[in-house]
Amino acid sequence: MHVRVDLSLPVPPTVRPGLDRRTFLKVVAQATAAIGLTSAMAAKVVAAVEKGVRPSVIWLHFQECTGCTESLLRTSHPGLAEVLFDLISLDYHETLMAAAGHQAEEALESAIRKNAGKYILVVEGAVPTKENGIYMQIAQKTGLDILKHVAASAGAIVAIGSCASWGGVPSAEPNPTGASGINKILEGKMVVTLPGCPANPYILFGTLLQFVALGKLPELDELGRPKFAYGRTIHEHCPRRAHFDSGRFAEEFGDEGHRLGYCLYKLGCKGPSTHASCSTLQFCEVVDAWPIGLGHPCFGCTEQSVAFRVPMLKPAEIVRPTPPSTYAPVAAPQGFINPLATAVGGLIGGALLGAGWMASRGMKEKPDSPSHTPPPNQNSDSSDKE
Amino acid sequence: MDVNRRDVLKVLLGGTAVTAIAGSTSHVAKAAPDIIQPLDDAVGLLYDATKCIGCRACMPACENANGLVPDRGSSHGLYMQPEALNSQTKNLIKLYVAADGHERSFIKQQCMHCVDPACVSGCPMQALHKEPHGVVGWDPSLCIGCRYCQIACPFNIPKFEWYRVNPKIVKCELCRHIVGKTAAQPACTRVCPTHAVIYGKRADLLAEAHRRIQEKPGYYFEDRVYGETEGGGTQCLILAHVEYSKLGLPKMGPQSNASRVRRVTNVIYQGFLTPVVIYGGLVAIVRDRWKDHLAHVAQERQQHDKGMHP
Repeated sequence: MHVRVDLSLPVPPTVRPGLDRRTFLKVVAQATAAIGLTSAMAAKVVAAVEKGVRPSVIWLHFQECTGCTESLLRTSHPGLAEVLFDLISLDYHETLMAAAGHQAEEALESAIRKNAGKYILVVEGAVPTKENGIYMQIAQKTGLDILKHVAASAGAIVAIGSCASWGGVPSAEPNPTGASGINKILEGKMVVTLPGCPANPYILFGTLLQFVALGKLPELDELGRPKFAYGRTIHEHCPRRAHFDSGRFAEEFGDEGHRLGYCLYKLGCKGPSTHASCSTLQFCEVVDAWPIGLGHPCFGCTEQSVAFRVPMLKPAEIVRPTPPSTYAPVAAPQGFINPLATAVGGLIGGALLGAGWMASRGMKEKPDSPSHTPPPNQNSDSSDKE
Repeated sequence: MDVNRRDVLKVLLGGTAVTAIAGSTSHVAKAAPDIIQPLDDAVGLLYDATKCIGCRACMPACENANGLVPDRGSSHGLYMQPEALNSQTKNLIKLYVAADGHERSFIKQQCMHCVDPACVSGCPMQALHKEPHGVVGWDPSLCIGCRYCQIACPFNIPKFEWYRVNPKIVKCELCRHIVGKTAAQPACTRVCPTHAVIYGKRADLLAEAHRRIQEKPGYYFEDRVYGETEGGGTQCLILAHVEYSKLGLPKMGPQSNASRVRRVTNVIYQGFLTPVVIYGGLVAIVRDRWKDHLAHVAQERQQHDKGMHP
């Protein structure tokens, strides 16, 4: 599988003035390595970009905190600038673009026109759906209308963050605006969801780069999440897992177990029911910049059934338990019967039997009690027969 | 209403005859050779306790492959923590530690798939039976829940779902529902990272076990394979450096319990003798009592008539 990127090619096509081939290859290698893709994939990305295929990306903001964009700005391997200028063509992004007002609207329309059917739509934030979506309007158009309009001619649709994926914070009870994930609104369309609060930007890079290199999206699960990032739970690959298996738990915040870095399950960790890659893919290369790394239980931010619904300090249910680090003994402990209890039981039983015997003896002494005679009517019947 | 003596005898005789016919046919089926040899294509497992690292990857794999609900023991829902094999656990890695702590060994407990299984011999309905390749299978449609298999098994393997209205017998069936269909081997051998447990034909596994023993003379306990001859031989074989009886494996001679039992039952049921004697005796007793009963009834009626119509 190890395919080396051929560095001996003649003069490379310049993708960006000032970027030499060596730096470019480095960027691609970093980008693919960061998301766990093989070097073969890096070669394919290089080939695609050299052909001039820089996918056009339109990025829409709805009900959110811009946290996903903020974390995207803090990537370094590759940095956002390298991604923006070398790998993708970011044609519309409300936070990052210089344009405003009519100019911005024009930019959006021209981007849609130019790359109709090919551009990637990245959506950040939930969309309010109550009262026809009047709770959010840009240029007198509701979020619903904007989303449907841009999605109509998109080549691929990616929902970044929990808000766009399934509603996130805006959809928490009582959800006054009817905030919804975009896959509910764009029913029938393929929506890649990258839940997370924020989503790890490298998951977005991974998805986009695969789309660039192979022209198709990565393998998705039933919720539209790429399997490479959401295929397993935090618990399955938690750095504190050994403490869990050994039964070493932090019992409360700040206690000795907590200071020693023990398992946070009892503090309300949602790791066992949260599908995410936080434990294996660091956020923006900052070591331990994720809840469990910082000593806080996993919040379950990627899971619709957990985040903003299950109380933060309530431990998650472990659906598929595995053995702890203790073993069953060869001779399993078994209950035994105390001889004293047996004697007492025997005595009581014997006494009861004896009492029964004595009582029945008393009954025998009255053989012709009146209750033994049949009732008169039955008697008359039988006498009639005879 | 009067019960006719004739009718009663008829019913009794009829019942005896039906039982006798059924019994004699099953008797014909039972006339098998005393010593059963392993099938040529018998499959099994070879578990080498010296290779096992106790990771227990096999336990969740077994649960998943067999659709079992993990037994969480006393762990408050945190772990899969069975104390012993039970109706939720078909496969269990146990740890033996000597009293002085110096000698230790893991042991994998699951159905040994005996060459001549006591459970099959004890099962009155043949719900437990030998599948192709000698796998001991359990057929829910035939099981009457008598649990004779539990008593018969020398390894204490079959477990019963005590908490169910319609309980099942639970024991390792060597993943027979997937092997050869969706999987090439049972779940436990598939996931074992050190190949401490391997799957194959019994003859091949036995050869492999002897090869390992020859490679390291004196390393394994008594330089022998547990299950080669024990209790008539088992299809699951075990190698360990610790005395086998310390690992919960009973000491057994080369004769299977089943063949020992057959020797006795074949005599008792020869010519369907015992049932005839028992049923005949019962009929004689009932007949005798019935006479007394009729006489008694007649006497009582007489007395009664006198009493009511003086």
